[in-house]
Amino acid sequence: MPITPANLQPEHFAKYPPEARELATRYVALLRDLPLAFLPLLLRELIEYDWKFPAERRDLDRQLSYLAAAAPSERRAMFAAFAQLKLPPSLEETDWVNAPAGFSEQLSAFLWASHQIDAFRTAAVDYVQKLDAAAPPEPLPMRRLGIVLIGQGVAPGNGSSSYALFRKLRPHGVYFNQVDPHNGMQTVLDVIAGRYRAHPVAFDHWYIDGGAAESLSNGGVSQVSYQALGPVRAALLDRMQKLAQTNTMGPEAMSAALAQMKPEEVAMSGDSVLNHFQVDLLTQGSGTQVFSTTFVQWAAREALRRAQPVTLFARFAPRQRERPLSELLAGNTPTELDSHGSLIDGDMGGYYTWLNMQRLSDADKSSFLIWFEGGNEALAIGPSLMPGTQSSEALNLAQIFSRIV
Amino acid sequence: MTKREKISSESVSSSRRDFLRSATGIGLGATLFSFAPASVFALPGTRKVVVVTFGGGARDEETFMPGGQGNIPHLLSELIPRATFFSQVINRGILGHYVATASLATGAYETFNNFASVPPDHPTVFEYFRKDLRRPATDAWVVAPSNGFGRIGESGNRLYGAGLGAGVILPKRLLTAALSSGGTRDYDHLLRDSYESPLYSQTLAGDAQELHRVGEILKLSVDDFTKLARSSASPDELSVYVAHRLMQRLAPSLLWITLHDMDIAHSGAYSLYLDGIQRSDRLCADIWKMIQSEPEYAGKTTMFILPDFGRDSDSEAGGNGFQHHRTGDVRSRTTWMMALGPGIRENVIVERPVESVDLVPTLGSLLGFSARLSSGKPLTEIL
Repeated sequence: MPITPANLQPEHFAKYPPEARELATRYVALLRDLPLAFLPLLLRELIEYDWKFPAERRDLDRQLSYLAAAAPSERRAMFAAFAQLKLPPSLEETDWVNAPAGFSEQLSAFLWASHQIDAFRTAAVDYVQKLDAAAPPEPLPMRRLGIVLIGQGVAPGNGSSSYALFRKLRPHGVYFNQVDPHNGMQTVLDVIAGRYRAHPVAFDHWYIDGGAAESLSNGGVSQVSYQALGPVRAALLDRMQKLAQTNTMGPEAMSAALAQMKPEEVAMSGDSVLNHFQVDLLTQGSGTQVFSTTFVQWAAREALRRAQPVTLFARFAPRQRERPLSELLAGNTPTELDSHGSLIDGDMGGYYTWLNMQRLSDADKSSFLIWFEGGNEALAIGPSLMPGTQSSEALNLAQIFSRIV
Repeated sequence: MTKREKISSESVSSSRRDFLRSATGIGLGATLFSFAPASVFALPGTRKVVVVTFGGGARDEETFMPGGQGNIPHLLSELIPRATFFSQVINRGILGHYVATASLATGAYETFNNFASVPPDHPTVFEYFRKDLRRPATDAWVVAPSNGFGRIGESGNRLYGAGLGAGVILPKRLLTAALSSGGTRDYDHLLRDSYESPLYSQTLAGDAQELHRVGEILKLSVDDFTKLARSSASPDELSVYVAHRLMQRLAPSLLWITLHDMDIAHSGAYSLYLDGIQRSDRLCADIWKMIQSEPEYAGKTTMFILPDFGRDSDSEAGGNGFQHHRTGDVRSRTTWMMALGPGIRENVIVERPVESVDLVPTLGSLLGFSARLSSGKPLTEIL
């Protein structure tokens, strides 16, 4: 007989990691009261609790305690739209307690096919808005700062000759076109190190590099590098190829299978929370295994969404070139880098990084800097800067930082 | 965005319309016309239709918005001035490429699993066309990018279905077969059947028999086909070449070409997505030129160009912008369509909302068949 939310028991969570099991057991009475169209989505987060960042844990704790404290009638009203969705018996029969990610994939496919996806979207947006309204975020320890470097491998001056840099960001900040690039990278690293010293909390400061990461003086900054993950990427691609060759499951099932992979399976050691995050980047992000630019953009997005850091530094590096059909058929050619394409990818990635910062608390107080690495062009956004303006002042990066931080 | 951007289909349409007017000099909206019948050109048996899906998925930001215009110079300067342009085409179905393209081809929102190799549930335009007009199998063809589209030519509907569909050519699959016969190499690019997942789950299976059958039809040897592929920059270029051969050899009255290069957006590389759009723009102009240069088509062919759907907007927190089409937001559901050819009014924008499923009944009215199981309505502006 399939498990229903109403007959959930603590022993149903026996396979959960320790902290997740304890949390699920503590809130089992609440979980029994939630509709099936919602509960597995909550469990998908809860089952990963042991490897969640502090900010995610806070959010989940707050959500559960808020729901548990709500009166039954209030809770019913909050979930009425989810409860009204019609699900097929086949979904109810899946092991949604232990494999909530697989359930989510199937639910998504079913909602699209049954034309209920719009109703689900509306219900989800309403729910999140109610949660946000009920539990305002805590004040930040320091103003949030995002830094993005693009253009590596492109000679300064060449990149912007045929592509207007920062085109989507210009309406929001000041475009500097006389930046002194001397010592720019070191300035960025010093700013990050200084911010960590001022607020030395794990996972609140991040450095993501699309190539080989520069060494940081402070080991407390969370660091992710595309190059350092080379062996992991190779192992994952090998696993993916093998899964693909079996050809026995569709993409949704394969995505769910990959999502269950653990760092130990790809020989990762070290901080288990950071390792899980990095495996997630490679198993759940599309294109992150192949293109370093995609990896950096997605890693920045996920770090912002999940860890909600106060400092994020994302540095784009050239990705491999996508070879045209004719070249592939001509035989083996060495893998080359596409610096100019990567500049465009990075420019868009920088815009998306800023957009994702805007989705976090105190966005109006946050600051952002994007710099064409080694070049004279940069754009800065901050509360004290006039949006949509241009500056031809000769400034170095330290001077620009002094205006936004 | 801290405050969710409020976007409606109308506002998407308005920005596209306003830009078109400024960029192409289109002056009058279709609402000012009274639509006299233009079907004097519709002579069943001689009229031909070419449908091109501008896929897989392009946003206004990279096409019709001011910042995107540089990516579609051919559409803007060569095709739209000759076209009736529908600025608000809404797709209310599933936003997966195969199921959405199948929905375009049936005129009904299909609900099957996008990644399953199944026929559409509703009769396709090819079946309506062939059954009602008693057309032979050689008169309706589909050229599509990948295995996933292999069943699009013929539905599972018991009133139509078996033997009444279109011939389907999947050039990448043919190429895989051609290459298999000449030894193996690292053809990972070709084996990428779907961009929608990092997993290339639907490994292309080349069929030697199919290769030779199509080779016979196109009068193209395996060697020639391989040489052709070697001169193509992308799978879509290969598709358009194959479509041209079909036009020259069989001159089908109903030809459906599905472009797909731009769906590389799923890889997250923005520059490659832009490359794909620019290539599709050029290929659409190439197809129009092919139509004008082929005696069997010139002066009697209506071409329709439409995306299968859009992509997620930057303002949707649940998505990742251009990369996917998973949120079902307004921007990903609202696209456009243009029709051009004899009897089609030129330089006209139609602003009223229409649906992507309206295409098939419109083709029915043009060609003289009844799309009786379609949920769409004929677009009177071009009839």
